[in-house]
Amino acid sequence: MSELEQMYREVILDHYKNPRGHGALDPHDAHAEGQNPLCGDEVTIFVRFAGDGETIDEIGFEGRGCAISQAATSMLTELVKGRTASEVAELPKEELLEEIGIPLTPIRLKCAILGLGVLKVALHRAKGTPLPAEWQSLADDLQLD
Amino acid sequence: MAVTTPKLNAEKLRADFPIFEQQFHGKPLAFLDSAASSQKPRQVLDAMTTFYETSYANVHRGVYELAERATEALEHARERCRAFVNAPAAHEIIFVRNATEAINLVAYAWGLKNLGPGDVVLVTELEHHANFVPWQFIAGKTGAEFRMLPVEPDGTLHLEQLDELAGSGDVKVVATGYVSNVLGGANDIPRIAAWAHERGAIHVCDAAQAAPHKRVDVQALGTDFVAVSGHKMCGPSGIGFLWGRTELLQAMDPFLTGGHMIRRVRENESTWGELPHKFEAGTAPMAEAVGLAAAIDYLEEAGLEAIEQHEHELVAYALDKLAEISGVTTWGPPADKRAGIVSFDVDGVHPHDVAQILDLDAVAIRAGHHCCQPLMQRLGVVATNRASFYLYTVPEEIDRLAAGLVRVKETFGV
Repeated sequence: MSELEQMYREVILDHYKNPRGHGALDPHDAHAEGQNPLCGDEVTIFVRFAGDGETIDEIGFEGRGCAISQAATSMLTELVKGRTASEVAELPKEELLEEIGIPLTPIRLKCAILGLGVLKVALHRAKGTPLPAEWQSLADDLQLD
Repeated sequence: MAVTTPKLNAEKLRADFPIFEQQFHGKPLAFLDSAASSQKPRQVLDAMTTFYETSYANVHRGVYELAERATEALEHARERCRAFVNAPAAHEIIFVRNATEAINLVAYAWGLKNLGPGDVVLVTELEHHANFVPWQFIAGKTGAEFRMLPVEPDGTLHLEQLDELAGSGDVKVVATGYVSNVLGGANDIPRIAAWAHERGAIHVCDAAQAAPHKRVDVQALGTDFVAVSGHKMCGPSGIGFLWGRTELLQAMDPFLTGGHMIRRVRENESTWGELPHKFEAGTAPMAEAVGLAAAIDYLEEAGLEAIEQHEHELVAYALDKLAEISGVTTWGPPADKRAGIVSFDVDGVHPHDVAQILDLDAVAIRAGHHCCQPLMQRLGVVATNRASFYLYTVPEEIDRLAAGLVRVKETFGV
């Protein structure tokens, strides 16, 4: 596989061009937004819980930006659907990065985890739990709100 | 009689730059990011090494011969900077870390003393953050008003709107860049400075992006302060200089205080040294100054007029090449009016993705807001791609950029 194919492999481009879970959810149970001021990537995520108030029944996002940020958020929606809020709130970023499956420089890493950061803020806020320290420090960088 | 500028031999100059001896991703480096920071010729690196090996000691007040030698090297560098910008006196050259620090020096040392409520500080929408944020910050601290002259998307400033923008406000500072780091066009500094002086204001010129590419003559510009970064003009990082008019510098309080910048220190009071020492607290960046002087020698040897002409030709070539690729938009003035800077957009592909794919071909461009967020908002984008050229740039590198952009479009199917 050439480097180019590795970096922008078909699955990334497919998620970028045909994002899964694209669009706002209204009404929703949890919601947050974030942006990477460095490159202007923007992501807003909406979550609706199942009857148990815990399982992620539906998840949608809106956003614009580089292929990595938008594809990663699209992949994230597939990764977390059907899981519980508390499980996803603790989800290590490595699990998403493994899914993305391409080598990322520190600059692009922030693009890749923007959506996950936004989702964590949304879930922790909905549940009234504190954002873990690792994400708290990223919250300023990525203007998570 | 027209004087013909000798043509620059970029191929030959290129051999002076060790960075080009290595490969990236198995390919030679096409370095199209000189506007962010330039590469360094061996002459600059050698001058710094020789200084460390033969002449290094702390400068000033040393009584031994080695210290004297180091002092001479530093002061020789100051004289080279003076001549480079045609300043009336060497003591008007203040060594700083970079243009950003130079502007902060003026904003703090002049601004805190002279600005207050009812005063107006004017900048333009075209400014690099280095000539925007310090003024916004000091205006906020002093209660002065901060106003911004809008720019057209091609970089044109409507200077006839200055009067309207100023209104009845007491304009105290007009801070404008000389050459835009995003669009590459040059502003009419003599006219802006003259306007500022008519209003009783000082003019501060950010020449960080001008000094590498064209002659900066502080007397011809008619400005009061000029900020220059060494690293953009073949010099080392960590050094630049501020030029200021003697009478203004003398009337200012110091910026940084401490060692070297004093005349006398007592428990209740300290007094300041003469120019330029008043503004050079602490141990000077000596080797960096030596490197900067060598960079100036290098640029003068190549010829600033020849560099400027070379860049006009490269921009013209690049604009032609990019125009052949559908979906590529460029911003900025015509080629013969700009330094070697081309900002562009590839329709449907974010600049970070463009730059990342180009990197795989060892084509290095910058993608982002280029420290010009107000200008990005005016252009209606969050980021642009920017290819920038210098005296070592050859047309073949622009060919590789164009080929890379075709590959970007293929990858993204746009």
